[in-house]
Amino acid sequence: MAKKLQDTPMLDQLESGPWPSFITGLKRLANDGKGYSDMVVDLLGQLETSYQTKKGYWKGGTVGVIGYGGGVIPRFTELMDENKKPMFPAAAEFHTLRIMPPAGMHYDTATIRKFCDIWEKYGSGLIAFHGQSGDIMFQGCTSDNVQPAFDELNEMGFDLGGAGPAVRTGMSCVGAARCEHSCTDEGRAMRMLVNAFLDDMHRPALPYKFKFKVSGCGNDCMNSIQRADMSMIGTWRDDMKVDQGEFKNYVETKGRKWIVDNVITRCPTQALSLNEDDTLDVKNSDCVRCMHCINVLTKALSPGDDKGISILVGGKRTLKIGDLMGTVIVPFMKLDTDEDYEKLEELAGEMIDFFAENALEHERTGEMIERIGLINFLEGIGLDVDPNMVTQPRSNPYIRMDGWDEEAKKWFERKAG
Amino acid sequence: MNAPRMPIESGVPDPFPYMHPTLKANYGQWAWHDRPRPGVLHHVAKGGDQVWTVRAGTQRQMDVHTIRKLMDIADEFADGYVRFTIRSNIEYMVSDESKVTPLIEKLESEGFPIGGTGNSISMISHTQGFLHCDIPGTDASGAVKALMDELHHDFTHEEMPNRVRMTTSCCQINCGGQGDIAINIQHTKPPKINHDLVANVCERPSVVARCPVAAIRPAMVNGKPSLEVDEKKCVACGACFPPCPPMQINDPEHSKLAIWVGGKNSNARSKPTFHKLVAAGLPNNPPRWPEVAEVVKNILKAYKDDAKDYERMGEWAERIGWPRFFEKTGLPFTKYHIDNWRGGRVNLNASAHIRF
Repeated sequence: MAKKLQDTPMLDQLESGPWPSFITGLKRLANDGKGYSDMVVDLLGQLETSYQTKKGYWKGGTVGVIGYGGGVIPRFTELMDENKKPMFPAAAEFHTLRIMPPAGMHYDTATIRKFCDIWEKYGSGLIAFHGQSGDIMFQGCTSDNVQPAFDELNEMGFDLGGAGPAVRTGMSCVGAARCEHSCTDEGRAMRMLVNAFLDDMHRPALPYKFKFKVSGCGNDCMNSIQRADMSMIGTWRDDMKVDQGEFKNYVETKGRKWIVDNVITRCPTQALSLNEDDTLDVKNSDCVRCMHCINVLTKALSPGDDKGISILVGGKRTLKIGDLMGTVIVPFMKLDTDEDYEKLEELAGEMIDFFAENALEHERTGEMIERIGLINFLEGIGLDVDPNMVTQPRSNPYIRMDGWDEEAKKWFERKAG
Repeated sequence: MNAPRMPIESGVPDPFPYMHPTLKANYGQWAWHDRPRPGVLHHVAKGGDQVWTVRAGTQRQMDVHTIRKLMDIADEFADGYVRFTIRSNIEYMVSDESKVTPLIEKLESEGFPIGGTGNSISMISHTQGFLHCDIPGTDASGAVKALMDELHHDFTHEEMPNRVRMTTSCCQINCGGQGDIAINIQHTKPPKINHDLVANVCERPSVVARCPVAAIRPAMVNGKPSLEVDEKKCVACGACFPPCPPMQINDPEHSKLAIWVGGKNSNARSKPTFHKLVAAGLPNNPPRWPEVAEVVKNILKAYKDDAKDYERMGEWAERIGWPRFFEKTGLPFTKYHIDNWRGGRVNLNASAHIRF
């Protein structure tokens, strides 16, 4: 006998309006008489209670799959009746499986239909595309069904993502698959890095989370500078490409004022100038590869040919010490040959090893660098200092500089080398 | 008994088997793009191949029926392939322009808004909230649904000065991330501690270590080892709550919503920026959070009316100056807007640059 959906006056108010409603979707699951329906009836019951009381009622726990130490987000209800029995028993266990999508989140429909079949069989029928760390979130599974659900997804070629103090699921933009701004093979870099550290993903033993994100250009569609421990941004070091014919077409159709106001003067380093003959003058040595002019004039302007990546480390949000943007540790590296990729993987390995050995419990890479200083971090992973790492040189004198001659010598040796 | 099945540690799947054939064939070979209309991207490859992408909003937490409907549409109109954006929009790729309009008509008739491209307000990035999180101060999916209902026109049109990227977060961990507008829970009272449970549930030294202001110390309460909070020091951030659930930070009345503006992930023009506090003290008012929607729409209107083309929210505020931002939005400027945290002096005006 199927459970009856209790009244949900608060949630019902989320069924009106033009945006697709997740409540309407949940009600379909609750009412269609499938194996998951009772679970969704009770999920709606608990959610309605949360809306009424403005309190959350889930607690964590320990649920996993054989062979792995993470990747499942356990949820047990805390909403108990007077006999300490769950008020919504069919949703008393409502765990999530984090499953890593193909890089760039591409799917054929057969794959997603198979996901639906598996989740109809073992789960709640509710799937989120995607979680904030880039996983497919298969939401709502009993403890008993976690293993068989994972086994079927795993047999399809899909693997659990990261959770807890571990290498986390990576993200890479659509990039080379459909974007002319792409300066690197985003998916290859992200896959290589995550797949090289699967042991640190599936057996969480790091001080805290570690995230890789790859964006193909400075537009940083993956928000990597802000939220990745190791952020890779596609860039180029030769001149940007200008199709002067197309540029003149833009001037003709948009007008000079529009071009000046929206392109020329929007350049953050005044690297652009409009010539008398309506062609574009670019001072490439001043260009910071911000992408603005290329974004606006897609037909006329594009990145150069000598492409690669910049690497920034330590981005994260507030807790514990306050917001941190990632900062540059590698201004440019090529990412063309297998050797280039190996070098990137080695660098990531150095960083993760250093993080594992030196970060405090629950401390992100950025916080560790804040505590020990960038110099110690660079020395620890074997990178030389570079003026691209700073916005400006130090402005306070609180530093002992008796190694100056030696350090200056190193700089000139590197320049000569 | 059989040996247990061990996982195939396959990691991130190779995207190529799942990729639309036109994207696969032109991987790394794209030349330029334009936007024929809101919600549609048109990319042209160096070899001349073209692909039109139709972007539609989804509810993110989707039931299998909705997902299958989206797949039916992909099979009928879009060669059987889709992809998702970072903001949970679904994208259909077609290499035949004549398929664009029927695809759009089908998606719209099924209730999926077409948009989220260019200078629109895209889908609000968010996580779980009451639906699945163990520490939420509010619900994410519901707040986002309510807001996107209000912002539907600006999802489906490209009328903003530049793109607007919004986020919501149900605690100060801020899963939603940085945004032009971020709507985040801000607790206003110290945690309420259930001293009977702390000793059994919490690893006390690590809870002490989590506190950013060193306000937590071990204590014996009613003869039991527990933790106490120096309430004068406490900044109500909630960092102690995840490692120690008996330190309840969520409060139906005192967990408020705050609004932050000017976060930007892109490097275009200006460097990436964090969002800044502009409004707080808004009630956590499910199921539709009308007070939040009102403030958000007011900020968006001021931005839309006054910003120049290509100015993001934060760049606009920088140009007109924060005093004028507060003037134009009618929001109060309070002592809470002044950053007293370490390093906060960089946010003070150390100049005679003042607009009159």
